Amino acid sequence: MKGKSLISINDYSKEEQIKILDLAAEFEKNPVQNILEKYVVATLFFEPSTRTRLSFESAVSRLGGKIIGFSDSSSSSVKKGESLKDTIITVSNYSDLIVMRNPVEGSARYASEVSKVPLINAGDGANQHPTQTLLDLYTIRQTQGNLDNLHVAFVGDLKYGRTVHSLVIALCNYNTTFHLVSPIELKLPSAVKMHIKDKNLTYFQYTDMNDVIPQVDILYMTRIQKERFSDSLEYERVKNLYILNKNMLKGIKENLKILHPMPRVNEISTDVDNTPQAHYFQQALNGVYVRQALICSILGLK
Amino acid sequence: MVKELKVSALENGTVIDHIPSENVFQVIKILNLEKFKTHLLIGTNLESKKYGTKGIIKLSNKFFDKEDVNKIALAAPNATLIVIKDFRIIEKNTVRIPDKIEGIVKCFNPNCITNIEQVPTKFEVISKDDLKLHCHYCEKITNKTNIVFI
Repeated sequence: MKGKSLISINDYSKEEQIKILDLAAEFEKNPVQNILEKYVVATLFFEPSTRTRLSFESAVSRLGGKIIGFSDSSSSSVKKGESLKDTIITVSNYSDLIVMRNPVEGSARYASEVSKVPLINAGDGANQHPTQTLLDLYTIRQTQGNLDNLHVAFVGDLKYGRTVHSLVIALCNYNTTFHLVSPIELKLPSAVKMHIKDKNLTYFQYTDMNDVIPQVDILYMTRIQKERFSDSLEYERVKNLYILNKNMLKGIKENLKILHPMPRVNEISTDVDNTPQAHYFQQALNGVYVRQALICSILGLK
Repeated sequence: MVKELKVSALENGTVIDHIPSENVFQVIKILNLEKFKTHLLIGTNLESKKYGTKGIIKLSNKFFDKEDVNKIALAAPNATLIVIKDFRIIEKNTVRIPDKIEGIVKCFNPNCITNIEQVPTKFEVISKDDLKLHCHYCEKITNKTNIVFI
């Protein structure tokens, strides 16, 4: 994977994805090393982010690397009207690897084509966020021991959530059974369902999450945003249907774990946080190990 | 026979036949023929055995390169390109939609980098019959109903 940019999850084969997960497991055991001592990683965040940016920067820092960059575009020459191309060419002269988040869809692919150094897409608008997918796969494997033959429920906004789309597509490599829970208005798009059908896998669609919880190994919660609804009355009607609380975790499988890409608003009640099923803070921590593995693979250091 | 005579009446040039009637002016626009300086004949809503009606464009002393042909193929997928030299048909080809399209149509996604910065569009054609263009950058599908030529 040396020198290979990661823009979409499908840029890496299943085997390459597994290599990253295996390497991430090594970093989980030993996250502080001096591998990146002579390296400079640029983190260009054209829009704000908490977890993604900080976990990339934590990943680099714990490996002894240096970080340059900005955390929102108002503190860069973009504000003066500089083009993305010029920004990327300039920064690629200053660094060994670029990590970029940009709200414009396709900006990451384009940036990787003009950059002299490899680029990791840390989110390009509603399009792709492949490092989230890798850390989700890592977390699922961590909690279940393997990725094969699992029952995975996705709950909430399945229409607009890029995290859900990419993870569904990635899980199609592992004989997953999908349980899709959402309001009618926010169903998984047919373009994503095509991937499930192409692999002859099974999916079920629900509007109520209660029946699903006892059946699944992974419960992947997402946030429902009010602005996604054309009818605000409809939002008021459905918003409470997709809130998980402790009382709903009855008659569940022993191995059930709850994930969430975060940030959460109210879709997981805080009374769930201390249950053995809650795994979303660990999931966010895993982002550091997965990003360490990815950076070292791309720089050819592991 | 009469049609043949009209075609062969060109000494040198190109005839684009079997254009969907509703797309004749689109083809003219795509090929930038508004600024064409020599003889240009346009026919539209003509009878066609194959397609019901059709449009036709005849151009004196004009020969197309590959990229122009690609542009025609998107607006007129069944068009025939007839090349004439010294009153004779020397080449007759049905245009073909290419597998990849670069810089001809816009991506329909307003938040795509190609609509925000000066980045030429690039598509992979994932369906030719029911036209579907997969944007190389934002990965969204532009289809027949939202296609816009640059």
